[in-house]
Amino acid sequence: MNMNYLLCGVGGQGTVLAAKVLAAAAIAKGEEVKTTETIGMAQRGGPVTSYVRTGKDIHSPIIPLGKADVIIGFEPGEAVRNIKYLKKGGTVVVSSKSVMPVTAALTNSSYSGHEMVDYLKKAAENIIIVDGERICAECGSDKVLNVVLLGAAIKSGALGITPEETLDALLKRLPEKLHELNKKAFELGMRG
Amino acid sequence: MSEQLIMGNEAIALGAIKAGVKMVCGYPGTPSTEVLETIAKNNKGNIHVEWSVNEKAALEVGAGAAYAGARTLVTMKQVGLNVAADPLMSLNYVGIKGGMVILVADDPGPISSQTEQDTRHFAQFAKMMVFDPSSPKEAYLMIQDAFEYSEKYGEPVFMRPTTRICHGYQTVEISGEAEDRPVEGFVKDSEKWVIFPKMSYANHIKLEKKLTEIAEDFSTYRFNTVSGSGTKGIITGGVSYEYVKEAVGERQDIKIFKAATANPFPEKLALEFLEGLDSVLAVEELDPVLEREITYVCGKYGKSVKVYGKLTGNTVNAGENTADKVSESIAEFLGEEKPAVSGASDDIEAPVLPERPPVLCPGCPHRASFYAVKKAMEGKKTRYCGDIGCYTLGNAAPLDMVDTCLCMGAGLTMAQGFAHAEEDVYSFGFIGDSTFFASGMTGVVNAVYNQANITIVLLDNSTTAMTGHQPHPGTGKTMMGDIVRCVDPETVLRGMGVRTVVKADPLDLENSIEIIKKIAEEKGVKAVIFKSPCIAVTKPAQREVINENLCINCRKCIKELGCPAIVLRDGKVFIEKSMCFGCGICETVCPVNAISKEGGDRK
Repeated sequence: MNMNYLLCGVGGQGTVLAAKVLAAAAIAKGEEVKTTETIGMAQRGGPVTSYVRTGKDIHSPIIPLGKADVIIGFEPGEAVRNIKYLKKGGTVVVSSKSVMPVTAALTNSSYSGHEMVDYLKKAAENIIIVDGERICAECGSDKVLNVVLLGAAIKSGALGITPEETLDALLKRLPEKLHELNKKAFELGMRG
Repeated sequence: MSEQLIMGNEAIALGAIKAGVKMVCGYPGTPSTEVLETIAKNNKGNIHVEWSVNEKAALEVGAGAAYAGARTLVTMKQVGLNVAADPLMSLNYVGIKGGMVILVADDPGPISSQTEQDTRHFAQFAKMMVFDPSSPKEAYLMIQDAFEYSEKYGEPVFMRPTTRICHGYQTVEISGEAEDRPVEGFVKDSEKWVIFPKMSYANHIKLEKKLTEIAEDFSTYRFNTVSGSGTKGIITGGVSYEYVKEAVGERQDIKIFKAATANPFPEKLALEFLEGLDSVLAVEELDPVLEREITYVCGKYGKSVKVYGKLTGNTVNAGENTADKVSESIAEFLGEEKPAVSGASDDIEAPVLPERPPVLCPGCPHRASFYAVKKAMEGKKTRYCGDIGCYTLGNAAPLDMVDTCLCMGAGLTMAQGFAHAEEDVYSFGFIGDSTFFASGMTGVVNAVYNQANITIVLLDNSTTAMTGHQPHPGTGKTMMGDIVRCVDPETVLRGMGVRTVVKADPLDLENSIEIIKKIAEEKGVKAVIFKSPCIAVTKPAQREVINENLCINCRKCIKELGCPAIVLRDGKVFIEKSMCFGCGICETVCPVNAISKEGGDRK
């Protein structure tokens, strides 16, 4: 099945690993996969977008505009930045917690995640808003936002991948001592 | 055999190993770096892998090995090729024995480079073959072909992937064992291996003849293809071919010429492509290389075909291509309606997005170094010459400490130019440790010899940070996994005649400021080595917290340091826990001692 997933956030949030998990789950089902990332010059804190394309006859490594089935936004502003990639009827899964850019503090400008989430609600037909901050706190780690969001996205059914397939691909990429934590994050993400 | 999701650079590396490569050398540079790293990671011990000090050294090390008969891969980014241009422009005349592929990664955009230099021009300039893969899958096979062609014609060849190939992932079938190719050994023959004018004249004639033969050969090369039919044609190559395919889909009424070898241009195949066409659109990134080639072929053979592309303003002449831009250009070329983009948000106006410009990481020691110099030189007339590396980001507000950045090593030498031209200025050259070894040292000798009044600030973070933390001569680690004696920058500076060399920890801000104040007044060449490791190669210290009762919300920490970990929350200064690295310079900057270590005293 041809599917296009776009994952976006800020450097350090774990978008790249989440994209790899989706790619691996698709490969395990026998699909061909192309993925790529756009990463700015920043070592940390810059916008990061990962594109995952699965199925036959995929050419461009970057998803063409208006062709993403699902956007997984790790940060509401970054989801808005990439909304032009969403297809009509596509799904947005987004963490509501905003990450302040350094420029916001310097220029004293107000950047609010709420405004971004409100816009996304209007712009996308299907939207799942995830309280990533709360769920991460429940897991006791701010490093599992990516897995929480994967759980929420899988639950939506929009990815065409099952929870088992995703979890299998995820745990294969992690050392065993992190399995329990990530299973919990995934399950809490699915619960929402 | 196995299908793996791998990065284009990994595909190239695994292809080179499959082809029996024995020598791999290069200098890190985005987007080429992972090729050499992947070979090092998969090295069974029979391949010599090294980060050379710079691209010129890498190419020359590689040339030696190739003369001895070893299959050799040299890796770099496009601007690195300029550094290696001197040996390159002779090596083509001399030729090689073992297959030699010079992998040069181009960076349309540019995403992380100074310019949008096009290596296909360099191939034409140097009279060399160039292979241009359109996907990681193809790159895996193409690098193996490149070694074959190199040996067949006794010439070094270019492989030129672009960022989307290098850093794109695709499922690739990795097959079979590495070829076992014993190194035959060098055969002495001064008439072959020693370049002289007389020999160069003869070799120039041979080279031109070879190029004609290769062009013929390339017309049947497996990745140069013509498909479709009709009167409209598209010539393309590299990742742009994939964008064309995305736009054209299953349609067969458009002729597509995928030219994987821009030099020598496969003329015969081009003629086949031109047969029956009335117009051609050239779709490529960077410069109009294929466009000019096809235009030339039309003129040469009197073909009445109109050629559209960058030169006619029908495709963009700078920046990356995308599937969307390409499908628009194609629709216009065919006289068809532009494809509708059915995004989700067409009718609603989006809110203003936060900007996230590249900045130094929280805890980055460069921030402290720049701040120390800035404070020490307050009110003085200064020239701050920067260089290539993470520390170029010192140009951003609020530090604003990089007045110039030109190319690798230029900081130290440009500072000398300022010092000689403007006698009343304090001239500084900032350089990182890896860049110092790559191309800074000769500049230091130049300054000592020509009596320049400059202050060298060597930002030693014990790694090559910008490209992903590669080791270099100062780190004492090699790509063969050996621990070797470190080349110490201080000893090097003293050995080159710099009398005053002071070492300091930049995180000790007060001391650093005093050192700069003193040293800047000295005449001649003097150096400060600010040594503190990159946060990516060290562990965080105890985090900083703000005591809300003491904080007067003056925001001096924000306004002077620009640390991403210090943010405003509900109008108040706040240190983001997950981001703070505990470098502690904000403690020093705070005028009311409101910042201290979490659960502890001030540092």
